Amino acid sequence: MPSIRTKEFTPRATEAINNPTIQQSLDRLSNFRQGRVDSIAEFGQKRWEEHSKRAQEIKYETLEHLDYYLDMLSTNVERAGGTVFFAHDAKEANDYVAGVARAHGVKTVIKSKSMVSEEMGIADVLESMVIEPVETDLGEYIIQLAKEAPYHIIAPALHKSKEEVSELFERILGTPAESDIIALAGVARRVLREKFLQADMGMTGANFAVAETGTIVMVTNEGNGRMSSSLPKVHIATMGMERVIPKLSDLSTFLPLLTRSATGQRITSYVSFATGPRRRDEEDGPDSFHLIILDNGRSKMLADPQLREALYCIRCGACLNACPVYSKVGGHAYGWVYPGPIGAVVTPSIVGIPVAKDLPFASTLCGACREVCPLNIDIPRMLLKLRSDATEGPKGTRKPNRVESMMMRGWRLTVSGPKIFSLAGKVAAILQWPLSRNRFLRRLPPPLSAWTRTRDFPKVDAKPFHSRWAAMAIPPQKKDD
Amino acid sequence: MPGQKVSLFVTCLVDQFFPEVGEATVRLLRHLGIEVDFPSDQTCCGQVALNGGYRSHAVAVARQFVEVFRDSEMIVAPSGSCVTTVFTHYPELLHEYPELAEEVESLRNRTYELSQYLVDVVGVESIGASLPKPTRVAYHDCCHALRDLGVSSQPRQLLQSVEGIELVDLTDSTNCCGFGGTFSVKYPEISTAILNEKLRNVEASGAEILTAVDASCLMHMGGAMRRQTMEARPMHIAELLASGLPGGANA
Repeated sequence: MPSIRTKEFTPRATEAINNPTIQQSLDRLSNFRQGRVDSIAEFGQKRWEEHSKRAQEIKYETLEHLDYYLDMLSTNVERAGGTVFFAHDAKEANDYVAGVARAHGVKTVIKSKSMVSEEMGIADVLESMVIEPVETDLGEYIIQLAKEAPYHIIAPALHKSKEEVSELFERILGTPAESDIIALAGVARRVLREKFLQADMGMTGANFAVAETGTIVMVTNEGNGRMSSSLPKVHIATMGMERVIPKLSDLSTFLPLLTRSATGQRITSYVSFATGPRRRDEEDGPDSFHLIILDNGRSKMLADPQLREALYCIRCGACLNACPVYSKVGGHAYGWVYPGPIGAVVTPSIVGIPVAKDLPFASTLCGACREVCPLNIDIPRMLLKLRSDATEGPKGTRKPNRVESMMMRGWRLTVSGPKIFSLAGKVAAILQWPLSRNRFLRRLPPPLSAWTRTRDFPKVDAKPFHSRWAAMAIPPQKKDD
Repeated sequence: MPGQKVSLFVTCLVDQFFPEVGEATVRLLRHLGIEVDFPSDQTCCGQVALNGGYRSHAVAVARQFVEVFRDSEMIVAPSGSCVTTVFTHYPELLHEYPELAEEVESLRNRTYELSQYLVDVVGVESIGASLPKPTRVAYHDCCHALRDLGVSSQPRQLLQSVEGIELVDLTDSTNCCGFGGTFSVKYPEISTAILNEKLRNVEASGAEILTAVDASCLMHMGGAMRRQTMEARPMHIAELLASGLPGGANA
């Protein structure tokens, strides 16, 4: 697995907030947001909701009988001449890839974008075997050269300006500085074309895997999925085990949900299907095809009724675009493979709450993620569940904050009845008296100092509503006099 | 609307920090002929504990709430997020008490945010109020009111019915203000970054008053508006509407 830096959430978030270039890049998320809105309007709201509902039903059915559908998928992949490997965790998956690469004497691997391969950290494993992994999605290629992690599920180099990309290409590829984006893409295309032709293994993800046909489906805008899966003699596809859908016709439900939610596109430039390796009578395609189906903590989520729905996710990234927190802190703050609201659910579930405790708490619970999710995943409710696991959950998931727990016990006592509630108010009213002459406080002691650094805080009113009610509890006509 | 009778759930925040919002709520309801009572054993809905991850405390407070409002016909609160706690979260919070299930189901469906109650339940079209002078008002959509309760057109309708209120466009009015309860203190930098974007939009709207259905969001935005000495000032919708009633703000 790639390194887990979830504990650095706050410093990395703060760094992003204070970086004007990053903030400018994040402002571009509004294009995704608008694209999605326009695209759904074109599709028709009612039709969209029907698709969404149907997709939820399909996911429900598939996850209820996941063993059945995975078995069907595996049988059909093998029937088409492919090999299937069920990997319990990232290490097992990596070992399998390493074994295949070794058996074929592989020197160069071309990769199309895959979040599961990020989860595995396969690039590092290949490099340690002196095999060159080359990302072929333009965004992924850029961050690979920069030695960074993806910033966004569908736009991995979202945070890079064209100036930074030009500088990066100049430094690493030795190409002259270039300010035109199309020309920059041309640079990458020339370099990558060579790699495509020399690679002896291709790795891809799978946006969907169709059980009834044993087909994996890749949704890309650059055609690199098709190239990676058909040019080299070996093709390894990796997928999370929740990616299976029962029927080919289910794609008509899922594809518009995915592309319109992600970028606002009616459909991406390429939707590629791969069913097993090249047949005898075919000219193109790999000699061998392997499908790795990865668990890596997904079974745990499947077993938890409150988290299961997170496996409905089709990785469209709409929740990232809609999230006020992601829109300010960007992707790297989240410290692992999946950023944003869905990452805040998935990451703690996979790497453990104690190391990723910040993630479920770093949300305003505004619900914008749920609103835009094409699968209607109730992310805020899951964040609440993870928060509760972090403070009151069983040993192993728990990582309570002592000061806060004490304050919360105090609060609980305070609101336990009207008398103590009003007494607490009176005490606070007296305590705050020396702090300010008007209705507001400009400075409070920790932890509330975090509030007053940028915001005034209102004083407790010496005459709370409870004590005002007596004067109001008379008929209105008399009161209005 | 004679015959309507509601219990006011004033919320702990309004009770202790903004009692005038509670008073305005009562005046508004009474002006519309609605009888108001105030179950005096009430304190809080438990949202603070729920959002902080202290579920067991939230459960205890929720049970208390059910107890206090058991006999109320309708419950009205000048807050969308507290009503959301009851409406969205109580069934799950209290699922360990199957004997309460029926009662909770009924309770959640008779608990309303103020503008939602007035427009959806009572059918108020205009509150018959007018401000002494024309005022530009921006309406901020509080997240829970908007996304959990579907409160969007109701407050706007009430505001527009007041003579003298000019409702101005607020860019990204449905974006969160960055409060998020303890989030604002745990992650002050992120919270402030989100907040500042909101305030830039408020400023650009040219509004003199920023209003919303939740005192908590207004406390957050208002706290920074004061700190930055912005010209616009925050005002809870109950206060704003009530200020246009006969007798004015101080009646």
